[in-house]
Amino acid sequence: MAGTVTSKNMALAKAVNESLRRALETDPKVLVMGEDVGKLGGVFRVTDGLQKDFGESRVIDTPLAESGIVGTAIGLALRGYRPVVEIQFDGFVFPAYDQIVTQLAKMHARSLGKVKLPVVVRIPYGGGIGAVEHHSESPESLFAHVAGLKIVSPSNASDAYWMMQQAIQSDDPVIFFEPKRRYWDKSEVDTEAIPGPLHTARVVRDGTDLTLAAYGPMVKLCQEVADAAAEEGRSLEVLDLRSVSPIDFDSIQASVERTRRLVVVHEAPVFFGSGAEIAARITERCFYHLEAPVLRVGGYHAPYPPARLEESYLPDLDRVLDAVDRSLAY
Amino acid sequence: MTVESTAARTPRRSAGNKAGTTGTKRTTSTTKKATGARKSAEPALVQLLTPEGKRVKNAEFDKYVADITAEDLRGLYRDMVLTRRFDAEATSLQRQGELGLWASLLGQEAAQIGSGRALRDDDYVFPTYREHGVAWCRGVDPTNLLGMFRGVNNGGWDPNGNNFHLYTIVIGSQTLHATGYAMGITKDGADSAVIAYFGDGASSQGDVAEAFTFSAVYNAPVVFFCQNNQWAISEPTEKQSRVPLYQRAQGFGFPGVRVDGNDVLANLAVTKWALERARAGEGPTLVEAFTYRMGAHTTSDDPTRYRHDDERAAWEAKDPILRLRRHLESAHHADEGFFADLEAESEALGRRVREAVRAMPDPDHFAIFENVYADGHALVDEERAQFAAYQASFADEDGGK
Ligand SMILES: Cc1ncc(C[n+]2csc(CCOP(=O)(O)OP(=O)(O)O)c2C)c(N)n1
Ligand SMILES: [Mg+2]
Repeated sequence: MAGTVTSKNMALAKAVNESLRRALETDPKVLVMGEDVGKLGGVFRVTDGLQKDFGESRVIDTPLAESGIVGTAIGLALRGYRPVVEIQFDGFVFPAYDQIVTQLAKMHARSLGKVKLPVVVRIPYGGGIGAVEHHSESPESLFAHVAGLKIVSPSNASDAYWMMQQAIQSDDPVIFFEPKRRYWDKSEVDTEAIPGPLHTARVVRDGTDLTLAAYGPMVKLCQEVADAAAEEGRSLEVLDLRSVSPIDFDSIQASVERTRRLVVVHEAPVFFGSGAEIAARITERCFYHLEAPVLRVGGYHAPYPPARLEESYLPDLDRVLDAVDRSLAY
Repeated sequence: MTVESTAARTPRRSAGNKAGTTGTKRTTSTTKKATGARKSAEPALVQLLTPEGKRVKNAEFDKYVADITAEDLRGLYRDMVLTRRFDAEATSLQRQGELGLWASLLGQEAAQIGSGRALRDDDYVFPTYREHGVAWCRGVDPTNLLGMFRGVNNGGWDPNGNNFHLYTIVIGSQTLHATGYAMGITKDGADSAVIAYFGDGASSQGDVAEAFTFSAVYNAPVVFFCQNNQWAISEPTEKQSRVPLYQRAQGFGFPGVRVDGNDVLANLAVTKWALERARAGEGPTLVEAFTYRMGAHTTSDDPTRYRHDDERAAWEAKDPILRLRRHLESAHHADEGFFADLEAESEALGRRVREAVRAMPDPDHFAIFENVYADGHALVDEERAQFAAYQASFADEDGGK
């Protein structure tokens, strides 16, 4: 915890950087690959300084071709490497979607377990930064629907650091969604801590009246919602899911059995989103505990809008509070 | 007569080779080590105007600009100056917070105006996000280009209004759209042509390779116009290719040509040639305009992290506008009055753009739900209604207070 010599206050982007640095230092098989990850250090500077310190054969500026990036990472993994590849923005993963869905996800099963593909695909994702088209999307459900992939998304610097360590150590392919609007948010990172398992949720705020479940960029929002609700005398529990595949349903269930109400929040469109899966499973598991249907707050069934409209599209304090009110009104 | 020296050294890929397989004799440069490829084996490029503004003869391409008048040359100059002025205004509007982002075309004016002015009205353009000069040639109001950079829309013009498709941000995608559009032209028996713009970085994308394949297989009337501005954000062209990019065409079975991207006349001539091939049913052509991105990749980029100023300085000497001005002056094609008038016109354009952007309103929130489908969709209707009720709940509260 804070106070030990190993604990440092750092931004989420820096935490990923430090984690990659540690992985490059400790495992010679780890590689970092992507567009502009070398000299530039990535457009968000997440890989800043890594090429300088580990050389061009370990931190690789690739040609501008996402299918090539993921496809060659698969080949490198077959040869015993552990590539961590960067997709520059969420909207640019789709040229690699074929490699991810048809190859990366399925090769372990197809080889009857003989082949392992420890590839990490890092994707800065989500909106709220006033960007142009294709730079603000949340495509996690498009990957969660595919068996063979694991999907995680940290909400803070400490998780970013440790979840990246664990993702690289995982023998399964991991899609690592980084909440780009939180890249500059700072928190304590203890680099000697013993982290919990990668795919477990964590209660980040205890409450009794309702559970808010979120991951990545929406956790901070849910904490703000809980603060606002507290002023109105309502006690909300906030659950940081951290992992979208697998989802830690046990932790959600345990929370909902206490609070009896659940609102799931994500930036991705609600339609066929991760909230839909959570709502269905929790309804099955907690049918007799629930006082209200599971509600979801997220994006609309519309293309991500131009920057000047994104505030209306993204979940915000009022929209989540509105869902909280509706849930409590049942 | 005075053919540019490098051009004389090796057979040009297209010179004397009309049907145009690309540079089959030039295998030496393809086998060079990547480290040396850029400096020691620079291939020939088509140039009609030297950086000093001297008109040089070119046996193959002169005829495409043979009938060009002094007025035409002044027109090209005007296009480039106004485009640069517009671009500078957009950059400063971004600095002032009026735009979220801007991708400057500084340095690439000749490639864009030269190729843009080679087109007929019925031709169709598929741009990237940097083709402000081509948009200008097509008659797209410059202020319309700024909507997506301001964040009020994702493309603010009717593509069919000027046969200028929307800007495409996903690298390389549009080359396939251009190819398909060109295939349609062939099916219709028309003699229009299509031009697809893309960058040196984009040349690595699978979509671009597939566009080359399709266009070759279907003999589609499309010109692939690659502006090799030497950089894809922080990565130099060597990170994308071990051979000069125009040579890529050879393996697909159509000609490729490298043109001095900072020579507006050469870009006009070479693009006209390529368009004529397309119209004559001779299929696709790859044009590599060898140029330089003088500014940052976009206003979000900091090029000092990855490239040296001396590189930029070398390219400054090859400036496309300066070179045509020198030519206009030495040939007495333009007097001081012309330049003074243009200066005034340029300032007026800057002012008009500035005012238009500042006056550009934010879109209505309901725009989120508009045009998601052509035939409508029940869920969109439902979510729009919920959104309306939600918005109205605030109005009620405010009204009640
Ligand atoms: C599929 C895809 N991947 C990544 C990006 C991010 N990106 C935007 S521009 C760019 C470099 C493009 O370089 P180039 O094709 O040379 O065009 P230029 O910007 O130099 O005009 C990159 C990597 C993108 N827009 N689309
Ligand atoms: Mg480029």
